[in-house]
Amino acid sequence: MKDAERTMKYLSSLVTGLALMLVTTLSVDAQITEKATFGKFAITNATIHTVSDGVIENGIVLINGETIEFVGQKAKIKPGYTQINAEGKHLYPGFMDAGTQLGLKEIGAVDVTNDQAELGEFNPHVRAFTAINPSSVSIPVTRVNGVTHVISMPVSGRFSGKATLIDLYGYSPDSMAVSPNAALHLNWPSAVKGGYWDDRSDEKVQKEYEKNLKELNKFWDKAVFYDKMVASYDENNANQEMPDTDKKMEAMSEVINGNIPVIISVGNKKDILNAIAWTEQHPDAQFILAGVHDGWRVADEIADAGLPCLVSTLYTPERDYDNYQRPYQNPGLLHEAGVKVAISTGDTENVRNAPYHAGYAATYGLGKEEALKAITLNAAEIFGVQDKLGSIEVGKQANLFLSDGDPFEPMTHIEQVFIRGYKIPMVSRHSQLNDEYLNRGAKKN
Amino acid sequence: MKRIILLLFAVCLSHSGLAQDKGSVLITNGTVVTITDGNKENADVLIEDGIITEVGQDLAAPIGVETIDASGKYVMPGIIDAHSHIAGVDINEWTNPVTAEVSMEESINPNDVNIYWALAGGVTSIHLMHGSANVIGGQNETLKLRYGSSMDEMRFKGAPRTIKFALGENPTRVHGQNFNVKPRTRMGVEQVIRNHFDAALDYKRNRKDYLEAKEAYEKGQLSKPPVPVAKNARMDALADIIAGEIRVHCHSYRADEIMMLMRVFNDYGIKDYTFQHANEAFKIAPELRENNAYTSVFSDWWAYKFEVYYSTAFNASILNANGVTNSINSDSGELIRHLNHEAAKTVHYGGTSKQDALKMITINPARQLGIADKVGSIEEGKQGDVAIWSGDPLSIYSIAEATFIDGKKYFDRSEDANDMRLQANPEEDFGRSQQRWYDANGRQGGSCMRGAEMRFTNQGMKYQQSTK
Repeated sequence: MKDAERTMKYLSSLVTGLALMLVTTLSVDAQITEKATFGKFAITNATIHTVSDGVIENGIVLINGETIEFVGQKAKIKPGYTQINAEGKHLYPGFMDAGTQLGLKEIGAVDVTNDQAELGEFNPHVRAFTAINPSSVSIPVTRVNGVTHVISMPVSGRFSGKATLIDLYGYSPDSMAVSPNAALHLNWPSAVKGGYWDDRSDEKVQKEYEKNLKELNKFWDKAVFYDKMVASYDENNANQEMPDTDKKMEAMSEVINGNIPVIISVGNKKDILNAIAWTEQHPDAQFILAGVHDGWRVADEIADAGLPCLVSTLYTPERDYDNYQRPYQNPGLLHEAGVKVAISTGDTENVRNAPYHAGYAATYGLGKEEALKAITLNAAEIFGVQDKLGSIEVGKQANLFLSDGDPFEPMTHIEQVFIRGYKIPMVSRHSQLNDEYLNRGAKKN
Repeated sequence: MKRIILLLFAVCLSHSGLAQDKGSVLITNGTVVTITDGNKENADVLIEDGIITEVGQDLAAPIGVETIDASGKYVMPGIIDAHSHIAGVDINEWTNPVTAEVSMEESINPNDVNIYWALAGGVTSIHLMHGSANVIGGQNETLKLRYGSSMDEMRFKGAPRTIKFALGENPTRVHGQNFNVKPRTRMGVEQVIRNHFDAALDYKRNRKDYLEAKEAYEKGQLSKPPVPVAKNARMDALADIIAGEIRVHCHSYRADEIMMLMRVFNDYGIKDYTFQHANEAFKIAPELRENNAYTSVFSDWWAYKFEVYYSTAFNASILNANGVTNSINSDSGELIRHLNHEAAKTVHYGGTSKQDALKMITINPARQLGIADKVGSIEEGKQGDVAIWSGDPLSIYSIAEATFIDGKKYFDRSEDANDMRLQANPEEDFGRSQQRWYDANGRQGGSCMRGAEMRFTNQGMKYQQSTK
């Protein structure tokens, strides 16, 4: 190579290198310091999927602070609103995943980063809300896909603890929580074998079930008694001894009185029927079934019991002899029987796939409209927060996102997310690594 | 005795009959996703005796060949999964850091219902891999999903031999942490590989010298017999890797360990290798390109262990944009059911083109497995492994309607029954309900570490579900 050529090559690579460094530095800096913005926004020319009231073409949504101020086709936009032209874009209410461990678990195989499983069988007093890590790397990764709210729950033992309903933007659990105590999680005691590896005899399985059920009932009955005792003392403590404090029993009070629901994780047909029978013994309490892989087998019974179901679709069939489509069809079959269904992935770092769970449900019987409800308004209703979440309506919280197409399609891009009125930076570790490495440039960096 | 011989004869006959099980079919008026030559609207695909003989318009069906109208539908090559453990009987021979001598060749269950479920997702071939508990694991087997055939008929004829390597946390935990045997670190992993390659080269030379000397002695050209060098299957397999007769598919995550293996392979002249999982491959895309290394990655799995914490779902798109031949794999009986949508995620994360996304589940894995001359695209002369989809295969609203291998239909949604098991055991009326619907402890159905996790239980170690 001639000297001049070499010099030129050196210079040009130097310039490219410097330019690249500058771009990289700038972009990384911008991402780290970029904050959500808050104020007044006017989203115009959007196809608005309200969920509660159909689709509005060329619509306008006004956001004022935390709240949706206007939804419709014609509005005079006053000064002070940041305008976002959403021509050709679709506007959806933020999606909600009704069963996750987001914020509780950071790295699956690293125990010290796992806060989803406390020791002990009966832990109604432990709260997911306490251990939500607002800095979990998975949170931005999730919200940039349009999932703005999750139920995050403890998972171990019989009564695992209280699940929390949070939105995915904030610097503390307190600012993120919609319902700090959204529900109590119960792992239903199974009366069936777990699988081929389960070598217990049928008698033993039944015996263990009965023992577990007895313990559960004993705990519940004790909670009912404790609640009565405390109530009676509070009413008139004249001639009564003050009851000792029992945190577990105190934590059961809002559960047995039906102020918050019990999420019952249950899968097998027999177990579902057992669980239904058990819920009927507690008319004062509220119950939700979760998982319910065999739900389609007993959909009528679930519907008759009036129990809503938290369901996913991306798992392998419950039994080897089940039709390959059953996981996909389960939400549709439950809905057809009259059960209210909401999407719950059960996942942590890939809660961002919740829209695809809904997409499968839509394709295999639930239909697009109902699937959209299952991942928005139904979830809000099941947890009693439909006044704030789940649809694009005046007066509701501004939780929404703009996309360039159908969000159930994996190919669609989510372009802008709003949570509680905050315009969220569309960055996450995943996009940041992309920005840094896509054109990494020189091979010897 | 006579009866037994007769029975054996009958079994042999029926099996050799199945081995010839190829079909002919004409699929008309579909959008043909050729992969290598774009999409062809309203095109016909003719498969005769297992081979695609014509792709064109207005083709006539030869006498006796069934015609299927695919108007409004898509015809796509069968999906190829470069990393799977379905249909596997044993997965991990975890007892030594190096077990190159073992093979998945005889560890195939043609009746695994997961095969049917994969066919229902348009998949026709898988790379049945050994597990990731050892640095140099066993040899893998490339299969065609001929559900219900025999072990022999499941094997992909003419596919090159491949072997599993594994770097990072899995081998260092299993051997270093649990057995106090090297490797305990990524430093140790490198030396385990180099030591074994050196030993294999020495073995090969010594064995050759010995055999030559032995021959010379037998011919009377030498007065004393040579000291024997025993045949060693492990060393033979390792020598075959160095000789380029076995392709390496290496379980790996971090950029540093991938760089390490490329350096080692360059030192020993090893080519045609694929990094499996390779969550951090995006960090060294130019180096991978320079070395002509392949990658086969998850669309979006991450954070289940520390070595995948600094991951990005943009991995596949970054690799593709940098010219690395990449495939999207499942390593899961669940993901294999919708690899088409796993590929679609590369459009979402990083804007890969739809055509390139489709390549990542067809021709690219075919290249990595050395079978691209036979499958992975719809071209005249290739094998008739195709699926008919109700719409654009990348759309979530599309459903695989029929799947063919060598022109023979193995899945037809219109004839789908509830129970598609081939080995039904009426005693087994259990569900898998104990398998929690929520992700309680990392990934479900640990596939790469299947078999090895039981070791932890026996050793009183923590039961590891969460180890890909």
